[in-house]
Amino acid sequence: MSEMKLMKGNEAMAEAAIRCGCDAYFGYPITPQSEVLEYLALYGEKRTGMVVLQAESEVAVINMVYGGACTGKRVMTSSSSPGVSLMQEGISYIATAELPCLLVNVNRGGPGLGTIQPAQGDYFQAVKGGGHGDYKLIVLAPSTVQEMVDHVKLGFELAFKWKNPIMILSDGSLGQMMEKVELYDEIPRKTEVESWALTGKPKTRERNVITSLFIDPKEMEEVNIRLQKKYREIEKEEIRYASYNCEDADYVLVAFGLVARICKKAAQLAAEKGIKIGVFRPITLYPFPYQALSDLSEKVKGMLVIEMNAGQMVEDVRLAVNGKVKVEFHGRMGGMVPSPEEILENIEEKLLGGKA
Amino acid sequence: MNEKRLITGDPADVLTDEAQIDAMIARESICNNENLIYERPETLTDAIFHYCPGCGHGVTHRLIAEVINELDIQSETIGIAPVGCAVFAYHYFNIDMTEAAHGRATAVATGIKRLLPDKYVFSYQGDGDLAAIGTGETIHTCNRGENILIVFVNNGIYGMTGGQMAPTTLIGMKSTTSPYGRDAATMGYPLRITEMIATLPATYYVTRQAVNTPANVRKAKKAFQKAFEYQKQKKGTCFIEIVSNCPSNWKMTPLQSNKWLEENMLTFYKLGDIKAPGKESAE
Ligand code: SF4
Repeated sequence: MSEMKLMKGNEAMAEAAIRCGCDAYFGYPITPQSEVLEYLALYGEKRTGMVVLQAESEVAVINMVYGGACTGKRVMTSSSSPGVSLMQEGISYIATAELPCLLVNVNRGGPGLGTIQPAQGDYFQAVKGGGHGDYKLIVLAPSTVQEMVDHVKLGFELAFKWKNPIMILSDGSLGQMMEKVELYDEIPRKTEVESWALTGKPKTRERNVITSLFIDPKEMEEVNIRLQKKYREIEKEEIRYASYNCEDADYVLVAFGLVARICKKAAQLAAEKGIKIGVFRPITLYPFPYQALSDLSEKVKGMLVIEMNAGQMVEDVRLAVNGKVKVEFHGRMGGMVPSPEEILENIEEKLLGGKA
Repeated sequence: MNEKRLITGDPADVLTDEAQIDAMIARESICNNENLIYERPETLTDAIFHYCPGCGHGVTHRLIAEVINELDIQSETIGIAPVGCAVFAYHYFNIDMTEAAHGRATAVATGIKRLLPDKYVFSYQGDGDLAAIGTGETIHTCNRGENILIVFVNNGIYGMTGGQMAPTTLIGMKSTTSPYGRDAATMGYPLRITEMIATLPATYYVTRQAVNTPANVRKAKKAFQKAFEYQKQKKGTCFIEIVSNCPSNWKMTPLQSNKWLEENMLTFYKLGDIKAPGKESAE
């Protein structure tokens, strides 16, 4: 039976991991996401026998995830911006070795050690490949605590469907806020053995080798071609987005995660003034909904991208729109969150050319 | 000169008389299956080692493979290759294997072992991998007492990248990045990480071995046998250092390198068990 509960984002995500039959969580404390590790340390092993391990660093964490994923089980970690930076080398290896796993970044303000307040400054790192080489993560951007829960399940499914690391790009406010969530039923831990996994070589099969090393450039290129082919398929099949009142809107706000909710509020304020504003929210940041935005740009007079960074997703929106309408940007940085009133002001200033 | 020679191992046994050799071959019938005493274990593939002639890696690989074969645990063993000369170890071991990022083999081993606690897991790492970039992972893996075997091949130099100074390079020893010899004043001291590991309460068996002589090879093999046995009994981390050579980057012939190893490496890196059941620990 599913269950309704009032939960903090990070704890809801940890609860979701248990209910998804997660086999192992490796983590390292960092604000604002330490509750995930704490919650799992308290309940994880007790309830399902899953592995919960606090490692000595995020570098060790991501390599434990690599090892755990090699066994074909459901493995995950979570961290926040500086910690995720430390993991980038390992993520590149995992993507190249095509191992399924779930990564969560509860984004905080940066750059540098930054601040523990919410931000979206890791969009580029998550979406464009923060580590070395040509690889892609499927990036999910929840905007509610409910979606954080749902994305854990979806993330594990996509990870095994595509043999690819999945990242949930959340932020400090979603991690810390309490909301009502509907929790799904518990899925049993995984028992089936993946054919490619390292389990010990029986006499009946060839040995399994998992590597990201292909010293012969011809072979390395072939691996790249295979990966790119997979990414093209992901781009065809896995795009997700949500839109509110875009159908008869004159202008559209584009935002992901928590900011999209603030934009909805701003759109309501605008409606009170008689301005028709829609909100478009990419749910998958990779694959990005280029076509949907391109189509939308044919129907509206302009777009305003709102982010908690200096302007990252706006580049993808501009690529999608390709000059068909103007795409303006408003961002707050360093852990500051834009208010609906502030967004409305920007609509008036940047889209309408002055107060309505 | 087209002279047939048969060498049996004892210098006095060098035979040069053809009739005598033919007679001996007939007598020994080494080609007959029932007389076969030495063959490639099933746990090694037929890939040819890429290691330089005389390098200790080949013997060390062979010993591990023999032990896995003799214990009949091929189907239960998972290995982790490092970054370094042994990066391709998975070409040679006929077992399930992966290849870790530089220094992270024991973290990868931890991930595997925690999810498959009943399998045998070992990492195989060099001195740069284990005692420089991977020091943190090495120490914490041992401190958690992960029930795995860590194989540490120490030849005092970075082999694959072409002979740079390692954390274990001896004082005065020349490398491409210590061209005037390692100077403790600016480069620090050679790291006896194995002794450090032995002080950790969660390690169970910590030993230093070598493969430079047949007698040492036999002893090293015993150490591997023990380590897999202890892993079966879930005793905690086993750590085997193999003091090895690098003829290519030491710029010596294999024989010279073994002599140099004996005279220089083994006087600093002393062979024997540092921590073993029944032996008072280094604590
Ligand atoms: S470079 Fe040195 S350690 Fe590497 S294979 Fe050659 S001899 Fe062995």
